[in-house]
Amino acid sequence: MTTPRTEFSLVRYYRAGMRLGFQREIQYRIRAFLMLIGFMIEPTIYLVVWTSVADAQGGEIAGLTTGTLAAYYIVWTLVRVYNLGYAPDAWEWRIREGRLNEFLSQPIHPFHRDYTFFAGAKFVWTLAWIPVALFLTIIFDPVFEWAAVNVAGFVVALWGGYTVRFLMLYALGMINFWTTRGSAIFGIFVASELVLSGRLVPLELMPEWVADVAAWLPFKWTFQFPIDTFIGRLAPREILTGIGFQALWSAVLGVIFALVWKRAIRRYGAVGN
Amino acid sequence: MAHPLDSPVVVEALTKTFRVPVREAGLGQSVISLFKREYRDVEAVREIRFDLASGEIVGFLGPNGAGKTTTIKMLTGLLFPTSGSATVLGHQPWRREKELLRRIALVMGQRNNLAWDLPAVDSFELNKAIYGIPDEVYRERKAAYIEVLDVADIATKPVRNLSLGERMKMEIVAALLHGPEILFLDEPTIGLDVTMQRRLRQFILDYNAETGATVLLTSHYMADVSAMVSRVIVIDHGAILYDGPLTGLSDRFSAHKTIRVEAIDLPEDLDRLGRVLERKPARASIEVPREEVSAVAGHLLTVANVTDLAIEETPLEDVIDRVFSKEDEDSDHTQD
Repeated sequence: MTTPRTEFSLVRYYRAGMRLGFQREIQYRIRAFLMLIGFMIEPTIYLVVWTSVADAQGGEIAGLTTGTLAAYYIVWTLVRVYNLGYAPDAWEWRIREGRLNEFLSQPIHPFHRDYTFFAGAKFVWTLAWIPVALFLTIIFDPVFEWAAVNVAGFVVALWGGYTVRFLMLYALGMINFWTTRGSAIFGIFVASELVLSGRLVPLELMPEWVADVAAWLPFKWTFQFPIDTFIGRLAPREILTGIGFQALWSAVLGVIFALVWKRAIRRYGAVGN
Repeated sequence: MAHPLDSPVVVEALTKTFRVPVREAGLGQSVISLFKREYRDVEAVREIRFDLASGEIVGFLGPNGAGKTTTIKMLTGLLFPTSGSATVLGHQPWRREKELLRRIALVMGQRNNLAWDLPAVDSFELNKAIYGIPDEVYRERKAAYIEVLDVADIATKPVRNLSLGERMKMEIVAALLHGPEILFLDEPTIGLDVTMQRRLRQFILDYNAETGATVLLTSHYMADVSAMVSRVIVIDHGAILYDGPLTGLSDRFSAHKTIRVEAIDLPEDLDRLGRVLERKPARASIEVPREEVSAVAGHLLTVANVTDLAIEETPLEDVIDRVFSKEDEDSDHTQD
């Protein structure tokens, strides 16, 4: 037999992979909508608490008005949807059940399989997000300071945030190759993220040292940076700098993941069938 | 057996040992295991050697836990070996080079590789992108396979709504779209009804005949083995017990043949000739030692008015059963 002709291209694969992710998720439109409703609960609690605090302090807290806080948490819901990635505890299941076999026997890295699947699904989630966002907008009266650069920057920052968080989760998932109970470590990750990313509250509302620590870590580029970009709190230069940090963290996390993956995969037991 | 240089698969002293934690039952042992973990090494595959010739279909047989699937997982790059070497199409499989993975396929009968919620055709499209299958080739192959397997109507149904047999057909189509040169089939017909088994077997045989692909097949169904392979490798407890022609398996492991005879005046003392398996007024089956087959058959022809006489090999299932029973007895004695 002669070696088969191949016309592989990563761009073509990404298109196909994202299409499959979209198609799979559109099968479960109601689930996507309910997931979004679930996602509303967390920011709504934060929103109610912090707008109440701001109201009590004359309509502003740490320079954030109630309208800005409302805008922050409404955009939060979209950013949350976008930075969903393959969770470390799902790696635990995948390794324990031997579900990595189907990925490893094909000539494409599992990273691309998962990244494109989640990327494709996000388009469905975005559609489900629109009514949720409209509802929150009517209730909480957000204030946006939009400019074209913010909207354009947001699109890049949103995908940058997804990439950084996806790589963080993916690298963390590698722990499961050494212990099949890595979900405990995921709990620590979520706790750190809540505090250091702007997920719980904008970092301005945190003690100064928390914001200082956050500046050295990737978390804030996955939550607060895209949100701030969209609601108009960042100047064009700050947006560019932020996107640069997202690229830098993507590269760093990508290298870490690649190094760990090489060792991790040697430990894979391919149990199950 | 092929010369290793011509062989798409060459396995040399391949060994895989798993380290598994062990502990006795009980709360006390649970607490102890917190501080001091004990492990046991389990040798799943022990220094096995074989090679496959180009275009050959080889049966890889053994009982559950014999090491078949572990071997296949090493040869397809899913597992790193503990020691030894293997080359598949000139590549070390566990390096998982794309050049190799594009040229092989792995089908596991109990595993679903298709997008569960979508019609199989959507997974075919994904495979097209993964393997970089040119448009024209993809269209031709997909159409041909769908026609041969008669699956046009089910290819557009979500996979979750398909029966096991229908799903397996889709799995096979998905696995062959990129035209693999080596097929690793791990129990591809498991759980399928007889008609479906036959259809899949024929499909794989046709693929082998048309493309010259090499096939390594594991199956517990001897019908698969006898219909598809001319050579078998028998593995048990991680070691190879036999590697040779399928026909030689009976010669090696079965010291008997069965004579089926029909005559209206069969002698009463048939048990003098061998072990009587069946006795009817005008028909009997007798198991006799291989070296006595000619003599016994000749004797029957002279003492009775024989209307039909057939000499049969011991059924493959029985031969395999004897191989593994013998192996178990031997290993039990070793442990004594």
